[in-house]
Amino acid sequence: MRIPPRHTQALAVTLLGAATGLTLAILVFVVVFILGKGLPVLSLGFLLDSPRGMGKSGGIFPTLVGSIILPLMAILIALPAGVGTAVYLSEYTRENMATRIIRFGTDCLAAIPSIIFGLFGFIFFVTILKMGWCILAGALTLAIMILPTIIRTSEEAIKAVPTSYREVSYSLGATRWETVLKVVLPNALPGIMTGVMLSIGRCIGETAAVIFTAGASLRLPHSVFDSTRTMAVHFYILAREGISNENAYGTAAVLIIAVLTVNMVSYWMMNRFIARRTK
Amino acid sequence: MNTTVKIANRSLSVFYGAVQALRNISLDVPAHQILGIIGPAGSGKTALLRATNRLNDLNPNCRVEGQILLDGEDIYQPDFDAVRLRKRVGMVFALPVPLPLSLFDNIAYGPRLSGIRTRARLNELTEQSLRAAFLWDEVKDRLHTSALRLSGGQQQRLCLARVLAMQPEVILLDEPCSGLDPISTAKIEEALGALKSEYTIVLVTNNTKQAARVADTTAFLLQGELIEIGPTGKIFTAPEDQRTNDYVSGRFG
Repeated sequence: MRIPPRHTQALAVTLLGAATGLTLAILVFVVVFILGKGLPVLSLGFLLDSPRGMGKSGGIFPTLVGSIILPLMAILIALPAGVGTAVYLSEYTRENMATRIIRFGTDCLAAIPSIIFGLFGFIFFVTILKMGWCILAGALTLAIMILPTIIRTSEEAIKAVPTSYREVSYSLGATRWETVLKVVLPNALPGIMTGVMLSIGRCIGETAAVIFTAGASLRLPHSVFDSTRTMAVHFYILAREGISNENAYGTAAVLIIAVLTVNMVSYWMMNRFIARRTK
Repeated sequence: MNTTVKIANRSLSVFYGAVQALRNISLDVPAHQILGIIGPAGSGKTALLRATNRLNDLNPNCRVEGQILLDGEDIYQPDFDAVRLRKRVGMVFALPVPLPLSLFDNIAYGPRLSGIRTRARLNELTEQSLRAAFLWDEVKDRLHTSALRLSGGQQQRLCLARVLAMQPEVILLDEPCSGLDPISTAKIEEALGALKSEYTIVLVTNNTKQAARVADTTAFLLQGELIEIGPTGKIFTAPEDQRTNDYVSGRFG
């Protein structure tokens, strides 16, 4: 027996709506739960004081610094390399066996658990290159970890730039590089920035890859060769070692607010950028 | 009429993969005239244009045989610079493609690539080209707003102005009015008529009436072959080939 289309339609709307509602509910629950437990701990002192007693009391200032400096450095390393690779693959090479292998390799890299990158960073940067646990080793490891994401999202964004734009640019006497600079990259920028935001989010939340490479020192770092602790690692240690549940939730709340802020600011910047170009 | 030849196609064949789009075409483009190229869809008109400014280079499956001589120089010689060629041979596409920039930046795109940086010179070029494309009066107050907000007809005239600002020698137009209303079409045709004293114009069109209106010389392509070329009046009133006669009288195509 055939179900009348208006019933299947109603059923589809209900199911899709339920899926959306469930997703939203889980999201809201997590945020409200963490903020509910963490916000009471928050104060200016919590943000700006150094931790005392391994974080049992005091603030989280050094981990705040670590959480800003590590993702920032990782992005600064991975962005040029990733976007460069994406431009090279999509604009300068023809689709052949080699590009397919590179693309397959990147996809495989993206699927590797972060702790493997942490282990690699520990063996290669910390031990073989004798960097020791430090910000540089952590940033390099994170950069390798997010490289596949940056390459993939950049490539998709570059492919989405209409071919007709490129043809116009070439027909007006532009070289390939001029076309990349003036037409391809500006129009791919929103997509590239999406990848950057995703990557920053992953870096801020990363523990496994960081703890093996940047260490977990609670002192304020003075150079990239000092060890540091990020908020995510701090939260992990506080909760895992049972040092202080309140401060763990406080750190988590700051972490969530930080990620939300990064996302909102970048959305705002993106919209302004797009608005300026299509004014 | 004694005219010089700007572009000479010699035994030109163009292949896209296994498909041959142009078959052994020899066709002279007279200088300072409008050459109309007519023919049904798939007759190789666009392939001819894209071979003339080497835009085909971007398509790895495309292969070109024969010669195209621009002022007597073979543009497919290995040492002939395709980027410089495209600065001399501008192109307007079938669909207007304004870049997502302001009107001013669209028009300044070509001149800036040629190293023109001074604001005064760019302003001057912008006004000149927009006037020549019969668009200046409509847009002079919003040169710094997005080109995407223009109407289709205005966008296509902007694309024409953008090519003019490059100060090319040849302008290729690939069915420039196929998506436009009659009034916009009339404005483009008016602009072309005024431009031919300075430029050599090749106008591909699937609107035979348009060729009859604006072209000095008309060529008829069919399935990749050049069937006939001659003064426009003759092609439309007394063609030598029966197939030309059938096409211009609307019996097929």
